[in-house]
Amino acid sequence: MIRENRLTPDEYAQNFSDIHPPFETRDAALTEANRCLFCYDAPCTKSCPTGINVPKFIQQITTDNLKGSAHTILQSNIMGGGCSKVCPVEKLCEGACVYNLMEEQPIAIARLQRYPTEKAIAEKWPLFTRKPSTGKKVAVIGAGPAGLSCAHALSREGIEVTVYEKESKGGGLMTYGIAAYKVTPQFCQDEVDYILALGGIGIRYDCELGRNIRLDRLQQDYDAVFLGFGVGLARQLHIPGEDLEGVVDAISFIYDIRAKSYPAVAVGDKVAVIGMGMTAIDAATQARRLGAREVTLVYRRTQEEMPCTEAELDIAKLDGCGILWLAAPKEVVGDQGKVTALLCSIMQLGAPDGSGRRYPVDTGDTLTLEVDMVIKAAGQMPFEELVNRASLTNDRGRIVTTDSNTNIPGVFGGGDCVNGGKEVVDAVQAGKDGAAAILQYLQNNPIP
Amino acid sequence: MASLQTDYLGIRSPNPFWLASAPPTDKKINVLRAFEAGWGGVVWKTLGSQVKNVSSRYSAVDYHGSRVMGFNNIELISDRPLDLNLSEIRECIRLFPDRAMVVSLMADNDRASWHDLIRKVEDTGAHGLELNFGCPHGMTERGMGAAVGQDPEIARLVVEWVMEAATIPVITKLTPNVHSVVPTGRAAVEAGSQGLSLINTIQSVTGVDLDTFVPNPNVGGQSTFGGYCGPAVKPIALKMLTTIAQDPVTARVPISGIGGITTWKDAAEFLLLGATSLQVCTAVMTHGFRIIEDLCEGLNNWMDEKGFQRLTDFIGRSVPTLTHWEDLDINYHVVAGIDPQKCIHCGLCYIACEDGSHQAIRLDPGMPYNTYSIKEEECVGCNLCKLICPVDSCITMVEKRHGAEYLNWKEFQRRGLPLNDH
Repeated sequence: MIRENRLTPDEYAQNFSDIHPPFETRDAALTEANRCLFCYDAPCTKSCPTGINVPKFIQQITTDNLKGSAHTILQSNIMGGGCSKVCPVEKLCEGACVYNLMEEQPIAIARLQRYPTEKAIAEKWPLFTRKPSTGKKVAVIGAGPAGLSCAHALSREGIEVTVYEKESKGGGLMTYGIAAYKVTPQFCQDEVDYILALGGIGIRYDCELGRNIRLDRLQQDYDAVFLGFGVGLARQLHIPGEDLEGVVDAISFIYDIRAKSYPAVAVGDKVAVIGMGMTAIDAATQARRLGAREVTLVYRRTQEEMPCTEAELDIAKLDGCGILWLAAPKEVVGDQGKVTALLCSIMQLGAPDGSGRRYPVDTGDTLTLEVDMVIKAAGQMPFEELVNRASLTNDRGRIVTTDSNTNIPGVFGGGDCVNGGKEVVDAVQAGKDGAAAILQYLQNNPIP
Repeated sequence: MASLQTDYLGIRSPNPFWLASAPPTDKKINVLRAFEAGWGGVVWKTLGSQVKNVSSRYSAVDYHGSRVMGFNNIELISDRPLDLNLSEIRECIRLFPDRAMVVSLMADNDRASWHDLIRKVEDTGAHGLELNFGCPHGMTERGMGAAVGQDPEIARLVVEWVMEAATIPVITKLTPNVHSVVPTGRAAVEAGSQGLSLINTIQSVTGVDLDTFVPNPNVGGQSTFGGYCGPAVKPIALKMLTTIAQDPVTARVPISGIGGITTWKDAAEFLLLGATSLQVCTAVMTHGFRIIEDLCEGLNNWMDEKGFQRLTDFIGRSVPTLTHWEDLDINYHVVAGIDPQKCIHCGLCYIACEDGSHQAIRLDPGMPYNTYSIKEEECVGCNLCKLICPVDSCITMVEKRHGAEYLNWKEFQRRGLPLNDH
């Protein structure tokens, strides 16, 4: 049965507490910071999509120059606070740490990165200033990581920025699409406020491109436009029973957890989660943490091909989630309009497909999972109709750009709406790149 | 198993480790616990002129997460009543007759005071006397401590007074706050001192509090120059020890080595450079008497590995290898080599060589790991890369002589050989 309010307030609080607690004392942070070798042309920095100078910010922790440390992080990645909580660091900076080559624990870079950035955000350190106004105006679509990063970079250069956001809060997927035990809604709000505190950035909430704002109108009103509206639509399974009561998509499930109180989010007794990406893990672990008795992740390939990291998989396992490899959903079975089971085809791996991963092939055998809830996390789709209507050159909905330029002069893009869905840190870098391209464009096209 | 038995001027101890004259040797309860822990001897905290101490007294230098790399104090000599000290010394000797009991002295600056103090101390049954000519603060203003040690003629005079009264071995402790420890060492030996010990603490300011702007340690909003000791001073102590071990006059007497001794490795180094006994203070003040266990066990194991049966097998063994620069062999040349199997691609060797002068390391860019290799023709064999490499034995210095023969600078000049052209 699907129902709300399965746990006590204490249980909710415990289940959704911070999974990676910060260093609580200066001593603790220093002990770890002092392990850092201060590598030259450091592999950690080279493995960060935003190129944060990791050895420098860690060294600044050791010298008690926390403002300098926060500035080092945030000047490369204005969402360095949030990224320290949500980045898959085991495949980025920490995965490249040279200590791995010594068979030693890598430096806890993410945890160290939290130390100065959380202080900067909590204490509202004014680390950045704006250059004098240029009189130029830029519209940014989407207050997610790409849009905010772009807006901040532009505002620092003296541009007046207006951000249009379809939700009622900023932060994008950081705010709406990530497990609550990784980053709290309150932190997301504080981080957005910190970014906006620079000045020169106005946000219009509840404004959605194609619904109550139009691209051609923005082109008239602004000197340039940056598109950072992400991806949104959950990929459909196209199998029978997908419309039964009890089938939900992971994006809206996670959105509800972020937007409502935990007891108000309904969850089944036995839940199947389809997919093995970060979103699937976030949905599965949170279903367990909301009180589901059994949660099974269903994936049509094997661990070799899974998109999530080992660390993420470990969280799911530690939360008691079951995993069904090589199983593809074939039909959602229902009774009186409600989900009762998930019928899966048993797969085997065939030849590699276009992504280089071996493609699953149906063996003809099936198995049935008794469930009362199915969460679909088989990926998100770009807003294909929206970009087609706006005459943006695209690849199956993903906007095609060259150095952040779209096919329309003065219109730029970056983040998930261009790359189809990557990490927050990739979106932040795309925002920076977009800002650089816009500044170049404004310089080359002086508008009287 | 090798023997650590030590004989210093007839003062015997089961190992060479004595506690230096300092707070850990200021009273019976400390000394008895030190002896129970296994310390070979003590130099009782300096007796003599009456003093009063201040608060606070210590400060330290931390480095890269390690606390107390260097330690600084402004404490004075014993501030306890003389008679109490003397009766406790007597008691400690009675309870631990096999341990060395040396008493540090700093009498008021006249012959009668020294004679009187020596008589009283000898009456306890102590095995030796150490003259504190080194205390760098508090006592110097009264013409005592370092004020004596810094002037060879005053030191000579005081030692002469002492030798008129002393019947047990006399060790003169030297101050490092001089351009050379040798002149005062010579004066003391020529005046009859049977032994020398060094170094006392080095005058220092360990740092300034960046909130109060008052240097450390803070005594009611002021500070004063203190005496620096601990691991940071070991290299300076070893150099001064060597100059005493090499001078023809001071080399005649046995040396008690002091200055930052923390591990058995430090101890072995002091012995190799000429010390017969060793004195430890800071390491005990920071970690307790228990460190004596590894000091003895480590030294013992090392001696076994090297085939030494007794300390005298290697005391002073390294002294002749420290020579003048102009006697070094210019034809000796080493070149660094990086083991690609061990390299972790941290780049520390590269940037040190690049900005530290020689540009002798090649960087081949990689993602995310660069590859580093030595440009042998540019390598001057300085050791810098090897010193900063975080991986054991990753960088080795390989001998590649410039020429077969030994060639020093004097001969190089005599032959008119060419200098570098870059």
